[in-house]
Amino acid sequence: MTGRHADKVVASVAEALAPLRDGMTILVGGFGLSGNPEALIRGVIERGVRDLTIVSNNAGNLGKGLALWLKAGIVRKVICSYIGNNDDLHTRMASGEIAVEITPQGTLAERMRAAGAGIPAFYTPTGVGTEVERGKPTQEFDGRRYLLERALHGDVALVRAHKADRFGNLRFWRTARNFNPVMATAAKLTLVECDHLVELGAIDPDDVHLSGIHVHRIVHVPEHENAFEYRTVRKRP
Amino acid sequence: MTASSPEPTPWSTADMARRAAREIPAGAIVNLGIGLPTQVGDYLPDGHAWLHSENGLLGIGPFPYEGDEDPNLINAGKQTITVVSGGATFDSASSFAMIRGGHVDLAILGAMQVSATGDLANWAVPGGKVMGIGGAMDLASGCRHVIAMMQHVTKKNEHKLVLACDYPLTAARVVSLVITDLGVFQPTGDGFRVVDLAPGVTREHAQARTGAPLG
Repeated sequence: MTGRHADKVVASVAEALAPLRDGMTILVGGFGLSGNPEALIRGVIERGVRDLTIVSNNAGNLGKGLALWLKAGIVRKVICSYIGNNDDLHTRMASGEIAVEITPQGTLAERMRAAGAGIPAFYTPTGVGTEVERGKPTQEFDGRRYLLERALHGDVALVRAHKADRFGNLRFWRTARNFNPVMATAAKLTLVECDHLVELGAIDPDDVHLSGIHVHRIVHVPEHENAFEYRTVRKRP
Repeated sequence: MTASSPEPTPWSTADMARRAAREIPAGAIVNLGIGLPTQVGDYLPDGHAWLHSENGLLGIGPFPYEGDEDPNLINAGKQTITVVSGGATFDSASSFAMIRGGHVDLAILGAMQVSATGDLANWAVPGGKVMGIGGAMDLASGCRHVIAMMQHVTKKNEHKLVLACDYPLTAARVVSLVITDLGVFQPTGDGFRVVDLAPGVTREHAQARTGAPLG
């Protein structure tokens, strides 16, 4: 047995990403462009790995976020819930360069929650009677039909946190939390990019959103673009 | 047109949103879908209901004032928003557990087709560009009640209230009410019951634009 929870803070994005290999499945936090691990996403391109399977709700948009990986030609497959106006994905899906598996958003989240919690598969009502049911076993419980979905594991998770302590206890900011914590639980190796790095004890134990048990490397990245997708405002009265 | 049959004046999208707001009881937990349903929030009195956003927020407030917008505080349509006092944020798995677990009272969702049996089709056009599913299937099958909002017919005057959907389904037998520019309709299994009609819209006018019997 080896302890995996000593000295998690690394000095650079490159050091955090050193364990990545070609062909890995990488879970990437974020909903649209919010809560994206921006520096880790850029760093993966510099790391030079390819043939990746990415799991992300949207796989980037507006040429930003994971769209950088799509444009760099390092992605073989995308598992996501929504493509929308992500033209970088539409064009590569149409050409056959990238295989796309579309999963209902709640099922996507629950498949990773199950993976992190040691549950190999689960029954859900979502998608029953639709194209999502195709090829999946179904079972009736108490008069309602459910379909069987499998857990979704990652080799690596890339996570964006607002605040991390040196053990990897995390706090998130507003709706930047989204898929980040559940992805952290579902990967063999979880790499965290945090806006603020604090000492042990600086986060009250009752205020920890995700325990450091799910975190393996931490890199402090104080500056982020935090791109807007749809800046919607009202006039001051 | 005679004086006794005035020209039909279908509801505007604002009228539809105002009508949909009337369906929301005080103290309800409501998820408003992307697009037209989002506007329903504009017609709810402050504190009337709690608005849920599946990307991880309960307690959506109005759009932020210029200069206050935060790219990491957004709704499911990725628009910048605010949080009301008493609001809470959570992760995606918790958010969809709320939906799937039946803790969200009502979803108001955009629609492409609704069938007489309450089937909802709102995620894909046959032969069209694949946009994805997002939270639509979870919301449609998980929320306790589902109201669909849409134009009564397509731009090519094709029926959208139909006997059986020919677009890919989002969920089967879930829609309890349909609000269109022509009125409010309830799926009955073999047709739609007319609950309300826009000004000047007659039953005959609506029936001619509906692919199932109106009762």
